[in-house]
Amino acid sequence: MELFLDQVWTARWPLWDGFLLTIEIAAAAIACGTLLGCLVGIQLVFAPTLIRLPFRIYVDVMRGTPLLVLILAAFYIPSVVGLNLSATQAGIVALALFAGAHIGELLRGALQSIPPGQSEAARSIGLTFPQMLAYVLLPQALRSALPPWINTGVELIKGSSLLSMIGVGELLLKTQEVIGRTFMTIEFYVFAGVLYLVTNILLDQLGKTVERRVGGHL
Amino acid sequence: MGYSLHFGAIWASFDRLLFGLALGLGLAAAAVLVGTIIGLLAAFASVGPSRIGRLVAGTYVTLIRNLPLLVLVLLVYFALPQAGIRLDKYESFIGALALYSGAYLTEVFRGGLLSVPKGVVEAGRSIGLTRFQTGLWVTAPIMLRNALPSLGNTFIGMFKDSSIAAAIAIPELTFEARKINVDTFRVVETWLVASALYVATCFAIASLLRGLERRFPKF
Repeated sequence: MELFLDQVWTARWPLWDGFLLTIEIAAAAIACGTLLGCLVGIQLVFAPTLIRLPFRIYVDVMRGTPLLVLILAAFYIPSVVGLNLSATQAGIVALALFAGAHIGELLRGALQSIPPGQSEAARSIGLTFPQMLAYVLLPQALRSALPPWINTGVELIKGSSLLSMIGVGELLLKTQEVIGRTFMTIEFYVFAGVLYLVTNILLDQLGKTVERRVGGHL
Repeated sequence: MGYSLHFGAIWASFDRLLFGLALGLGLAAAAVLVGTIIGLLAAFASVGPSRIGRLVAGTYVTLIRNLPLLVLVLLVYFALPQAGIRLDKYESFIGALALYSGAYLTEVFRGGLLSVPKGVVEAGRSIGLTRFQTGLWVTAPIMLRNALPSLGNTFIGMFKDSSIAAAIAIPELTFEARKINVDTFRVVETWLVASALYVATCFAIASLLRGLERRFPKF
């Protein structure tokens, strides 16, 4: 145990860098994914069939494909079509596309669960469509979509570990590098696992607190 | 730019992709089968009278749901041998995925158990069934029927997660796709086909399940 703690101390900076990169990747992906998801969710509910269809296909393809396949595709494909993305950028793109589909779908559910009386009332007091969206529908939908949205954040932190397979130096890859040097396999995998666990549980608790504070009067 | 699509190289190795797909389905099925046993036990424990049972089930679910599957897979594959437990890669992956799916299935079955109306359980008891018989003949069928949609979704999720087996060199669909990708450099085609196979399979399983749900009307 003392030897292990000693090795953790020796490797503290690589591990810390990896941990930070994991958080940064997840944060970037959830930010882009949320913007994308809002667009997708609104299109899925309000757009005419012909415009809705490509969004529907996008969501279904993203939800039917394993995240690892998306990540590998985002890693290999850009270079052959002339885009130059680093592994980290490719990973963020894959995670953001994945999150965008999931958030779009859960926003669709949230929008559709609002009673129709709400939008009828908004129309009858003379709000335009953007006003109705901004002042009536989205505030209610975002509130009920908040708990699963936080859950998407947890999924992204978990999913970011797959980026180790395309050589992104996030927490898991840094851990594997340390294991390669120390041969303390169990200890360091458990160590990384505990870091993921603590981060995700904290995020989950944060979500529950926010939910209690804003979700009261629905 | 100037990339044109040529699917020939992919069709030449298409049988490998199909075998990979079947292997992924097999891994998911084996894992969900074991996971169902874990999930049922943990679900009964989590609604049961024993405080220790509830604590153990709750801790298990929280632990697994917040841990990346890849970490779990690597831990089981690389770390268990150090503790003297030697498994081949298939066994170790099925074990890891079973442990992972078990946590999700616990929630699924827990929801199913809570959805069983009290009245039917009381009715079962009052016609003279023992507690165990009520559980087996009254609670379990209703719970399984009510849990069927989520059970199916969990299976689809685990099928998708079987792609992570590529990390420990199990030749399932993602592993084969990556190999074809590197061998032929038909990058776009490879991932299009691999993704299409996954999507089509998930879609097929989902339709199958909807058919099953229609055959057995909800209680």
